Amino acid sequence: MYDSGKIIAGLVIFIGLFTSPFWYDLASGTALQTPDLVLPTKADQKQCVASLEFMRRDHMALLNDWRTQVVRDGITYYKSANGKEFEMRYTKTCLGCHTNTSQFCDQCHNYIGVTLYCLDCHNMPATQIQGPMAAKILNPNSEILNKLQIQN
Amino acid sequence: MNALFSLVAIIVIIAAAFLGASVPHLDFLFGVVFPYAAITVFLTGIVYRVIKWSTSPVPFHIPTVAGQQKSLPWIKDSPLESPHNTWGVVGRMALEILFFRSLFRNTKMEMKNGPKLVYGSSKYLWLGAIVFHWSMLIIVLRHLRLFMQPIPSFVLGLDSLDGFFQVGLPGLYITDVLILSALTFLILRRLTVRRIRYISLAADYFPLFLLFSIAATGVLMRYFFRIDLVNVKELAVGLFSFHPVVPQGTGVLFYVHLFLVCTLLVYFPFSKLMHMPGIFLSPTRNLANNSRMKRHVNPWNHPVRVHTYEEYEDEYREKMKEAGLPLDKE
Repeated sequence: MYDSGKIIAGLVIFIGLFTSPFWYDLASGTALQTPDLVLPTKADQKQCVASLEFMRRDHMALLNDWRTQVVRDGITYYKSANGKEFEMRYTKTCLGCHTNTSQFCDQCHNYIGVTLYCLDCHNMPATQIQGPMAAKILNPNSEILNKLQIQN
Repeated sequence: MNALFSLVAIIVIIAAAFLGASVPHLDFLFGVVFPYAAITVFLTGIVYRVIKWSTSPVPFHIPTVAGQQKSLPWIKDSPLESPHNTWGVVGRMALEILFFRSLFRNTKMEMKNGPKLVYGSSKYLWLGAIVFHWSMLIIVLRHLRLFMQPIPSFVLGLDSLDGFFQVGLPGLYITDVLILSALTFLILRRLTVRRIRYISLAADYFPLFLLFSIAATGVLMRYFFRIDLVNVKELAVGLFSFHPVVPQGTGVLFYVHLFLVCTLLVYFPFSKLMHMPGIFLSPTRNLANNSRMKRHVNPWNHPVRVHTYEEYEDEYREKMKEAGLPLDKE
């Protein structure tokens, strides 16, 4: 074997990089933690707007579709497969049941690394705001809350 | 004919994955056994071949250069085109590996009316190649969000950069468009340019079709027939932390994609795709052009038994003295 030092160093770097997910997941300790969803417990609304399988795979396409229908076509009601009608509003219909986004939406989004940019512009109702900013925003004298309420 | 053979091979692989993953209980085979086997074959195959390469000596000092060699101080040398030390070689290799510099110099030769022979620069192959390779790298790194838990921040940064245009939901990745365009170009180049079709083998078409079908199944899963990504991540993280789980209801398309990737990993060490490690081991690129400063000894040289003058003198000292010949040592 010629230039064995360089060859072995190169191979070690290559194998190290290629197998890095193995080391990372083994070392992280939290790799096997799966999303922990808190399901809504609303008495009068037991059924989501579509089936579980559909919502798990296609909820983002559904929301996008709702957006198009409401904003461009002026259709505001969605008829689900079992004939029930829902208002096509993310904040009212979706968050009406799934009140705590950090225990529902964010669980899977964080798990698979989905970063949403919807709420960069669209405000959530003040009651839905979670996390470290909540106390600051929810203070009745806060400027941010006044702004939010004006916009809502 | 070569293209057809490769196409049939890809169709058989896709059909096998499609049928196999539809059968209950075979998902463990497709989701766990094949990926582990493929990674093992990929790594051992590459290590085996690189070590085998490294046992071949480089008998001659053969850098190919495109610039002035370092010589007298008043002659301007080009350190990257004709490197004379290790840093120059590192720079040259970096340009080659990251930007495909030698392919950038690709030329074409055409017969114009006259008849007149015309030479010109031809950048299309370089463009197709660089777009494909960089897209491929970004896509592989982006997939780490499904392999690693917690997700490293650079992966999330890369992901948002790739989805910069924020088109549609889920957002369109720039690299998805680029990789399919580049692969389409590279396939069409082989099929339509007659002289390239003449020299194209099944081993040239097969990796292109394989990579295209991997990218295509990925695109289908993201934009058209969506799958449950939480299941995919559970499976992937399970594989990487040696606690394999096979979540139910992930969808056949995912297993087709995974089986195609396994095929790529297994095919890799036996194919032209070995240019990935091979580019680091090209003597025409990785040697410094310093043959006027350092002597390159052929490692194949047979050890020659020499009889030095000292030994000769020792042997014949007495006789040389008698004959009155001059001696180095008395």
